[in-house]
Amino acid sequence: MTVVAQPAPRGSVIASVRTKLTDWVPAIVVFLLAIVVWQLSIQAFHIQKFLLPKPGAIVSAFWTQRGTLWSAGWLTLKEALGGFAIGSGLGIFVAIVLARFRRLGDALMPIAIAANAIPIIAFSPIFNAWFDPLSPAPRMATAGVLCFFPVLVNTLRGLTSVRPAQVDLMRSYAASELDIFRRVRVPTALPFVFSALKVATVLAMIGAIVSDYFGTFGSLGITIKNSVSLFDFETAWAAILMASILGVLLYVAVSLAERFALRWDPTRQERGSA
Amino acid sequence: MSVVSINGLTKTFPKGNVTALQGIDLQIEPGEFVSLIGPSGCGKSTLLRVIGDLIKPSAGTIEVNGKSAHQARLDHDYGMVFQDSVLFDWRTVAKNVALPLEMLGWDRSKRKARVDEMLRTVELQGFGDHYPWQLSGGMQMRVAIARALSFEPALLLMDEPFGALDEMTRERLNIELLDLWRRMESTIVFVTHSISEAVFLSTRVVVMSPRPGRIAGVVNIDLAQPRSADTREDARYFEHVTEVRELLRGIGADEHGSVLAEETV
Repeated sequence: MTVVAQPAPRGSVIASVRTKLTDWVPAIVVFLLAIVVWQLSIQAFHIQKFLLPKPGAIVSAFWTQRGTLWSAGWLTLKEALGGFAIGSGLGIFVAIVLARFRRLGDALMPIAIAANAIPIIAFSPIFNAWFDPLSPAPRMATAGVLCFFPVLVNTLRGLTSVRPAQVDLMRSYAASELDIFRRVRVPTALPFVFSALKVATVLAMIGAIVSDYFGTFGSLGITIKNSVSLFDFETAWAAILMASILGVLLYVAVSLAERFALRWDPTRQERGSA
Repeated sequence: MSVVSINGLTKTFPKGNVTALQGIDLQIEPGEFVSLIGPSGCGKSTLLRVIGDLIKPSAGTIEVNGKSAHQARLDHDYGMVFQDSVLFDWRTVAKNVALPLEMLGWDRSKRKARVDEMLRTVELQGFGDHYPWQLSGGMQMRVAIARALSFEPALLLMDEPFGALDEMTRERLNIELLDLWRRMESTIVFVTHSISEAVFLSTRVVVMSPRPGRIAGVVNIDLAQPRSADTREDARYFEHVTEVRELLRGIGADEHGSVLAEETV
């Protein structure tokens, strides 16, 4: 029997962090170069600031208005988070129900896939009519509906793509449907669920900001819209920067949860260590 | 009392109206090692699944330890091993072996003690914290065997467990399996399409013919126990191999089955 490589010992955590940093170097270099090219080309070609402000000006606007930008960002983030939680939660719940009642699932799956292709963001003004526009409810609804369908479709696909042999094995132990659900279906579905949740974070931010455009007082969306109409393009771009930072943070949070939940997954291991 | 008692068993699949098994009669006594061999489509895997109550028969009766196959399954009488080791990627080796024990409701300390014992038995001590993907194919199969034997089932059902392994690993695992079979005094039903493997392992080889699946003949293997690598050079071993091969040839397995072409003996 061949002896198989042992997993990397605990002491190599620092080494693995270092490899990870080296992996990031090219991306960081390209990013910084792009910023420099941006700054220089604005000076070289005299680009008007309503087309594109200098990165330096955006950062300084961001810094001087960090208080208002943060409170606007927090408002929008709460809408996105609420929509994300409600939409993804419902998506997972409905997927579990449809996985249990397969015939119902088979009937509804084509509708869900079709609904997934609808530009739900177009419904945003309608939600303002359905819910109290002064509450965060219509924005959360937009973000929620945007998150719901991809999470539903992916989770259902995950729950139903179990290997038949694993189910047979569980049956040979006289396992109940609940045992099979907990010990086979849920672990099999997790990678599907997490890829959907990552997409959902992006959709939730888009849903919240675009709905903000229809008039959420003190939100990021309205800050961007109003600054543009006042020709304050640095502030508009600073608000976009805030939106980007929050969006990335949300995505990273879900990615970290994914890495923790799927630490057994061989496709997510660093190849160098094993 | 027979461990397995099959009488007049028939299995028809409504899809395409395929008769997978027809008129199967088979008794398996305690401590036997019975191999089912035959070309693709002879229903050997279906028969194994019917014994294990994963498929219901269309007609005929099947009793396991004097009970219905269904009751035997509910009583945890079966250990099953498939061609693919069917390990759960998200569970460590130790937790994979512990899976049936969890289903039996054993408490943690009892589970741990048994898992350690089983990993020693299949010579995988120290690998308990590894994940399946960190092991070779042969080691994964040993985990699957340890898992199947962990709760000392009355009957071990194995569906081409070594089919995907290389010849050397397969021969070594053959010897290890016979060793376990002797020590744990278990009864094994083993599906294979390798004549040499069937003869080497079994006390009895059941040759099956295809379309519809029937028992074409039974060969009693009287090779001395315990068997070892030397058994494969025994003249009697070759006689048995020839006997099984003649039976397979009689049912035309060499014409349209890949069985004989794959043989290395």
